[in-house]
Amino acid sequence: MMINGTAIYVLWLREMKRYSRAKSRIFGSLLQPLFFMIFLGLGFKKMPVPGLGAGVDYIQFLVPGILGMTLLFSSAMQGLSVLWDREFGFLKEIMVTPVSRTSIVLGRIAGGTTTTMIQGLLMLAMTLLLGFRIKSALLFLWALIFMGLIAFTFIGIGLIFASRMKDSQGFGIIVNFLLFPLFFLSGALYPLDNLPRWIRVVAFADPLTYGVDGLRGTLIGVSSRPVLVDFIVIAAFAGLMVALGTVFFRSSESI
Amino acid sequence: MDAIAVENLTKTFEDVTAVDGISFRVAQGELFGLLGPNGAGKTTTINMLSTLLRPTSGRAEVGGFDVLKRRDAVRKSIGVVFQETALDGKLTGRENLEFHAMMYGLHKAERKRRIDEVLTLVELNDKARTLVEKYSGGMKRRLEIARGLIQNPKVLFLDEPTLGLDAQTRRHIWDYVRMLNRDRGVTIILTTHYMEEADFLCSRIAIMDHGRFVALDTPARLKDVLGGDVISLEIKGGEACLDETFGARPWVKKFARRGSEVTLTLEKGERRIAEIVTLAQQCGASVDCVRLREPSLEDVFLHFTGRTIREQEASMADRFRTMMSAHGRRRS
Repeated sequence: MMINGTAIYVLWLREMKRYSRAKSRIFGSLLQPLFFMIFLGLGFKKMPVPGLGAGVDYIQFLVPGILGMTLLFSSAMQGLSVLWDREFGFLKEIMVTPVSRTSIVLGRIAGGTTTTMIQGLLMLAMTLLLGFRIKSALLFLWALIFMGLIAFTFIGIGLIFASRMKDSQGFGIIVNFLLFPLFFLSGALYPLDNLPRWIRVVAFADPLTYGVDGLRGTLIGVSSRPVLVDFIVIAAFAGLMVALGTVFFRSSESI
Repeated sequence: MDAIAVENLTKTFEDVTAVDGISFRVAQGELFGLLGPNGAGKTTTINMLSTLLRPTSGRAEVGGFDVLKRRDAVRKSIGVVFQETALDGKLTGRENLEFHAMMYGLHKAERKRRIDEVLTLVELNDKARTLVEKYSGGMKRRLEIARGLIQNPKVLFLDEPTLGLDAQTRRHIWDYVRMLNRDRGVTIILTTHYMEEADFLCSRIAIMDHGRFVALDTPARLKDVLGGDVISLEIKGGEACLDETFGARPWVKKFARRGSEVTLTLEKGERRIAEIVTLAQQCGASVDCVRLREPSLEDVFLHFTGRTIREQEASMADRFRTMMSAHGRRRS
């Protein structure tokens, strides 16, 4: 009785409808990674960046990192959508229904994961046009799993923050003080070996580090750790953050 | 069994007591009103009864279920129309209703039947495929009332259902509310700070002020407390004699004179007008104007709280500002 499939489905469906109707949001959120791709990619293309791996040019290195960024921001926005629902009053409409809070969280995670995956795939499709090449179709299926795990992790984190905030204004602070450092520390833009030792220690606590490395291993076939290690760590983070996000959301005030 | 039974219900936010030990019962089929100024605790009460807020202390049962121990059972028995719009503007009217019906587990055929039925009821059939963000305020309210009815609730909560609507739409919504209560037997709890709304709709009214009930009765009996009709006269001259004359008449329950305006409270006022005018003239006063009115809930509110609802709201706004600057944070 705790898990209500219909409710999860309709929460997911609502997210899909909202997403498909927000054309400007879809394209707007693709612009940022596109700019990173073009300006960083072209700018550093001819520059020697140490530690990329044998035979890997910078664009090949950069694409999984930018994909990780797209997934990071898109999934954390699920937290923002909870806060918007709170502000526009729709959260009350959800919370007053006889649906278990766990099902409500699962519906949100399902919706957020789907939109995040779509954003990621759209972004990846763009890079193919810009000359990016995927190593193998079989490994690509693993890349999809990594994308999903990254989405779970940051949707969970987004829900934790959204459960403890009253309005969306504070969410900008989260973006600046949490998401950007997570992004820069993840090795999305350059190999972490180039960073001072103490920063590298912090980077190892960043879930996105393993997500990006796993994406690299599965998309271009080069990673700084065995992909299996990346998989285990990001899967553990995903499980932990989804569980924490659920606990926080369940215990938060409904209004 | 009562539709609602509340005992000593209290809600405290940090150092502010929003609801302060209220107790009441609402019978099935009643249309019960909570009347009070903004900030009196009406919405907090509704939020506790609809399981959105946990009471600090006290007990409440809705539809026979405890709001703390049987939250899902309570949620299944109620419909709520919130004070602020709670619709998804990016969905159409029908999609908002579909969402709701599915959250309540209605099956496809039943869903379609119920949605068509409630859309017809609020006359929004032809707007059902329009995005809600394009709706007017009155249409949004009607859609929300329709939504609150989809699951056939035993108890319907309406929190300020006509706030901010024009007179015509308000009238329209009053008719729906009455029809739901009379024809369909839905128990309705309504909050309002409009006197005429409470008077027109409710079978019983609780007057709420600073988180407490200061009175609870039928509108007619609440007005009876004031002791009858109010006659006011505008006079010139003979003031001292008037004070003496009317002060000595046993049928005058209350007498007051402010300058040239004389106010009398008495029963069956219409039968005394001629006598009052004669008495005034015998005192040498010239009568410019006579007004008779039945006491309004406004008078009742004044009687119980010592202030009009308008004054009350002004002072609440002051307290709010003080509180907000003291805490430096937003609260609503």
